[in-house]
Amino acid sequence: MVGRAWKFGDNISTDEITPGRYMGLRSNLPELAKHTLEDARKDFPSNVRRGDFVVAGKNFGMGSSREHAPLVIKMCGVTAVLAKSFARIFYRNAINIGLPAIVCDTTKINEGDELELHLSGGVVEDLTGKTKITFPPMSTTMDAILAEGGLMAYVEKHGDLVLS
Amino acid sequence: MTGKTLAEKLIGSHTAKGSASAGDVVIVRVDYTFSHDAAGPLLIQQINQLKIPSALDKNRTVFFIDHAVPSPTKELSNDQTIVRNYALGNDLILSDAGNGICHQVLAEDYLSPGDLMVGTDSHSCTAGGLCAFGTGMGATDIAIAMKLRKTWLRVPESVKMNIVGRLGKGVSAKDLILKTLSMLGTDGATYKSLEFDGTAINELDVYGRLTLTNMAVEAGAKTGLVKSDARTRRYLKEVGREQQWKEIHADDDASYESEIEVNASGLEPQIAFPDSPANVKPVSEAKNVRVNEVFIGTCTNTRIEDMRIVAQILKGKQKAKGLKLIVTPPSKKVYLKCMEEGILGILLQAGAMFTPPGCGVCYGAVGGIPADGEVIFSTSNRNFPGRTGNPKAQTYLGSPATASATAITGYITDPREFI
Repeated sequence: MVGRAWKFGDNISTDEITPGRYMGLRSNLPELAKHTLEDARKDFPSNVRRGDFVVAGKNFGMGSSREHAPLVIKMCGVTAVLAKSFARIFYRNAINIGLPAIVCDTTKINEGDELELHLSGGVVEDLTGKTKITFPPMSTTMDAILAEGGLMAYVEKHGDLVLS
Repeated sequence: MTGKTLAEKLIGSHTAKGSASAGDVVIVRVDYTFSHDAAGPLLIQQINQLKIPSALDKNRTVFFIDHAVPSPTKELSNDQTIVRNYALGNDLILSDAGNGICHQVLAEDYLSPGDLMVGTDSHSCTAGGLCAFGTGMGATDIAIAMKLRKTWLRVPESVKMNIVGRLGKGVSAKDLILKTLSMLGTDGATYKSLEFDGTAINELDVYGRLTLTNMAVEAGAKTGLVKSDARTRRYLKEVGREQQWKEIHADDDASYESEIEVNASGLEPQIAFPDSPANVKPVSEAKNVRVNEVFIGTCTNTRIEDMRIVAQILKGKQKAKGLKLIVTPPSKKVYLKCMEEGILGILLQAGAMFTPPGCGVCYGAVGGIPADGEVIFSTSNRNFPGRTGNPKAQTYLGSPATASATAITGYITDPREFI
């Protein structure tokens, strides 16, 4: 699936992804998703399309442990978040809910570039920039969790919490 | 064989094998799990959906209602009802609205040295001030940890923060951790354990240690840890749990990824400027910043020792005209102590207003939301854009002492002028 790149800078916090002032919407995810990343880019929630990519600098998702942050990004239809690095709780949450969080060099990706993700091949293809960006596999356990679509399905499949 | 860091010891003792080293990926037994009203409804949904047998530990699973109290909207009230009913219905521990902020209550009533705790809150690393391994995770991870009494972890590499020298008057653990963050940046310790030690730590009481470890996550760390020593024992005695004390320290030949020295002697009070807790400068470079609201509260600060310093500075003084001064005791126990010691009267006379123990003001959920263009000076741990509920406001961070002096003058002020 091909989607467009939405560029973000370094250190995007969970307070910018899902601001605390919308805490009352946490049990209403479709409504909460209408504010996704609005404090970082006001145009994002109204214009993001199914299949698009969030493309960021370093330390994406720093701050809170709110799982709602990756959940609303996924709910917007985003294929994957690509970043130079992630804050650890966001990263773990994203994989747990089945949203690919890919560590790769995002420098050469420009705003609006058409991207295609080949998850198992470890490649993001920039169709506009005509470049291929490779990324290494995650840890074995995280790859296995993502392959199942998230931690709930992974645990149910094994009937227990096990390492892969 | 090399010795063990605190992180290796605390995680290792919770594995089936009984030991672990940095880089290992392990399944660990958890002593405590917790959630709260901000993540609880999602967590409870996951617990209910997960089709595996439940091993919920009635004595070690804690639900807090602390993130928006008293609830300002029907939606949040409904969320809190879900959490309250789940805890009561399953005979789990409920720390209801008004009882206090999760990290503070965990330190007062539950955690002891050597424990391993995971919760749905990024500041779970606060536990390290008591030499308990705590780390924050999302609702799904904690739902599974609660239901199965275990989780998986990668054992972190450790960075030794060697804090030498002696803190001066009016300078505190908050200034030390802000200084540390200015050196590490907001991702300088990602995935790692920050282990605080050194001569200044030997002299730091648990309340200050909790302030240090609370903000470890602000450098991206998985946790922050301090050894368990005679001061830890004294703290546990004060909260009526001395029998739970045990001595724990890292081995002399433990292997650290790096070692960073911070000198407490001569350290100026430190201020985090907008919009990052690592954007730190000494107070002398913040003097002309006019402040509209001072907020003294949160899991970072305002344990009773902090409240005594606040009262010492504000006694007989008045807050600046037009400035809002908001004080939130972190728990019912600290609130009661403030009452017994006359601190409430001193602060009320100085013009403070109190909100009940909770997290709401810190992150813009309830109370104290600034007007457009206003500046907040907060004793909290985060000042990201929009954090306090209005993206058109700015937040500076500092110690309770600096906040108190700032409340008097209306400008960011060096507290040493008032001590």
